[in-house]
Amino acid sequence: MERTLTASSDSRAAGGPLPSVRLVGVTKRFGDVVAVDHVSIDIARGEFFTLLGPSGCGKTTTLRLIAGFEEPTEGTILVDGVDMEGVPAFRRPPNTVFQSYALFPHLSVEENVAFGLRRKGVDKKEIARRVGEELELVGLAGERKRKPRQLSGGQQQRVALARALVNRPAVLLLDEPLGALDLKLRKNLQVELKRIQREVGITFVYVTHDQEEALTMSDRIAVMNRGVVEQCDTPEAVYDRPRTTFVAGFIGVSNLMPGVVVSANGGPARVRLDSGVEATAQADGLRSGERCWAVVRPEKLTLLSADEPAPPDRPSVRGLVESSLYLGTATQFVVRLPDGVTMTVLVPNVDEEARRRLPGAGDDVRLSWATQHMHVVREEGSRVGEGAATSGDGQRAQAPGDSAGPAEPALTEEGK
Amino acid sequence: MTGTTVAQPAAPPAAGVRHPGALRAGRWLLDQSLNVFSGLVIVYLLAPIAVIIWFSFNDTHSRFNFVWQGFTLKHWKDPFGVPGLLDALKVSIEIAALSTVIATALGTMMALALVRYQFRARGATNFFIFLPLATPEIVLGASLLSLFLSLGVNTGFNTILIAHVMFNISFVVVTVRSRLIGFDRSLEEAAQDLGANSIQTFVRVTLPLIAPGVLAAALLAFALSIDDFVITNFNSGSTVTYPLFIWGAARVSIPPQVNIVATMMFVVTLIAAVLTVLQQLRAEKIASVRPEQEAV
Ligand SMILES: Nc1ncnc2c1ncn2[C@@H]1O[C@H](COP(=O)(O)OP(=O)(O)OP(=O)(O)O)[C@@H](O)[C@H]1O
Ligand SMILES: [Mg+2]
Repeated sequence: MERTLTASSDSRAAGGPLPSVRLVGVTKRFGDVVAVDHVSIDIARGEFFTLLGPSGCGKTTTLRLIAGFEEPTEGTILVDGVDMEGVPAFRRPPNTVFQSYALFPHLSVEENVAFGLRRKGVDKKEIARRVGEELELVGLAGERKRKPRQLSGGQQQRVALARALVNRPAVLLLDEPLGALDLKLRKNLQVELKRIQREVGITFVYVTHDQEEALTMSDRIAVMNRGVVEQCDTPEAVYDRPRTTFVAGFIGVSNLMPGVVVSANGGPARVRLDSGVEATAQADGLRSGERCWAVVRPEKLTLLSADEPAPPDRPSVRGLVESSLYLGTATQFVVRLPDGVTMTVLVPNVDEEARRRLPGAGDDVRLSWATQHMHVVREEGSRVGEGAATSGDGQRAQAPGDSAGPAEPALTEEGK
Repeated sequence: MTGTTVAQPAAPPAAGVRHPGALRAGRWLLDQSLNVFSGLVIVYLLAPIAVIIWFSFNDTHSRFNFVWQGFTLKHWKDPFGVPGLLDALKVSIEIAALSTVIATALGTMMALALVRYQFRARGATNFFIFLPLATPEIVLGASLLSLFLSLGVNTGFNTILIAHVMFNISFVVVTVRSRLIGFDRSLEEAAQDLGANSIQTFVRVTLPLIAPGVLAAALLAFALSIDDFVITNFNSGSTVTYPLFIWGAARVSIPPQVNIVATMMFVVTLIAAVLTVLQQLRAEKIASVRPEQEAV
């Protein structure tokens, strides 16, 4: 294993800027359905790259295109600089961890893991050694003789992982590998996966619809929606500087305030929100007079009482508390602004005393934020209605499938 | 009988509580009646076979073996001591084995094609594959014969074989297809992903997983072939299979050796059936992978 480790880091150094996986204008149609729509991404060697998006957005199809189970309708896929067109799946370098595990039911754990090495004609002793090592790594050395059906879900998961990892592929494709596991096991395996990926230096292309998982594990995230990559960036950038309302809504709680760009000249823009407040904000490529949405994350908002003035350098807006919810580490408020938009605010619970002074439902309050924490995105041709901003609550934030809702109307319009 | 036992639980619950004994008695009766019923069915099914085995020990002196005349082992000491019997049995086994191998191979491939691929003739094939199963044997036999005659083919071993392969294919396709319909394709993709080409994928993954279905199909084909009379009779020419031999012999005499060979065939079938059942049980266990199952 050590040998392969050095070998792969060597080749990484030698390979220089050549991307491990490169998609150029890749489109896949199934009849009328466009599952993947002109996707172009470069994935660097050893990168933990995540495809994130709601159900049916084309994540699995993208992986299958790279693995070679589907051929793209248009576009080119390169792995280590080699065009994969016409190369059958069994000759392609990436290995896959399937969403359903796809363990061979008639083979033991050991035989499952050895399958890939056997096909490559590695000699028996070497196979035994590497399989043993790999099972050790995933903590299943004791289960080597069992059949997959005799294992728990988490154990099967780890066999699937070992079966792919033992081949030391340059690229590992993982399709929601932790999807079927309970929260605790998932957290453990997340840490495990990340460690393995770093130690072995494999490029991971990881599919998930769990935004939290994506944010904690990835070097970069591509947020997909209806076959289109809406944004491809680091977790911080995707979270703090979403480029579209969809991304803003899908990652974290969507706190969107409608407004119009008053003046923009490349850098920060001046924005007038519909609630009447004028503020400076980060904006990419917006023009004066354009309708827009301003995003401020719930934990970046400060809650003041209505008569308390905000510091002069911080924009603020008045609102009415609709509800407050104790979440343990924080208290979550839903505040309705004068223009009817609702915003979610998270106030950390530092001490008992401070908590008692917090407002309750029906209180007038003032929300303020630092200029650098407001990010403005283009409206995408439609008004996102009431629903856009009301989706803010802690539970929803855990279930990205739900928070995908708000941006839907915008994208329906775009699709026309 | 069951009427009264079923009526029992329908009584008001208070009565049930007061007389748990009556309820238990009702359940016992129901269980017993089921046992008796299945016992009767088994007797009904096995009685003719038991008679065949029993009469293989008959010390018969007439040409026919219909009246019990005393116990003897002399026929068992010379099981093939009737001229022509052994040859007929050999022909039957040869045809059964050959037609099973050919029909199983072709039928399995056809089932794969029908389940896996979209092609123009798929609908028609799916329909026509049922025809040999649904057509009366006598019609099939007669029409095959006229086909062979009009093509100028001499009937004999080869025409019997062709006929058997034909009707066996249908059974194999239907049996294997049912096994393939629930097949998880991602297993084959996983094999390819790990570097197995299509042949390796088939041999290492697909075949082992559908093997119980293929085996069941093969056994069925063998049994159907070795036992076929009607179609064979039309297309046999001068070739004599075991069923044809008995048919011919029955007109003159039925020696107890016929019963002996029948007993042997029954025992072989029984062993094969038990093995198949065991194999099926094992396969069902394998098939019941539960990925949703959580960690212990
Ligand atoms: N073989 C196929 N034939 C027809 N349509 C397909 C096929 N595979 C995928 N699709 C369609 O392509 C779209 C994208 O599917 P895909 O499986 O890639 O979604 P996904 O992002 O992986 O979703 P999930 O999170 O639910 O797994 C869907 O609309 C789906 O119905
Ligand atoms: Mg998927």
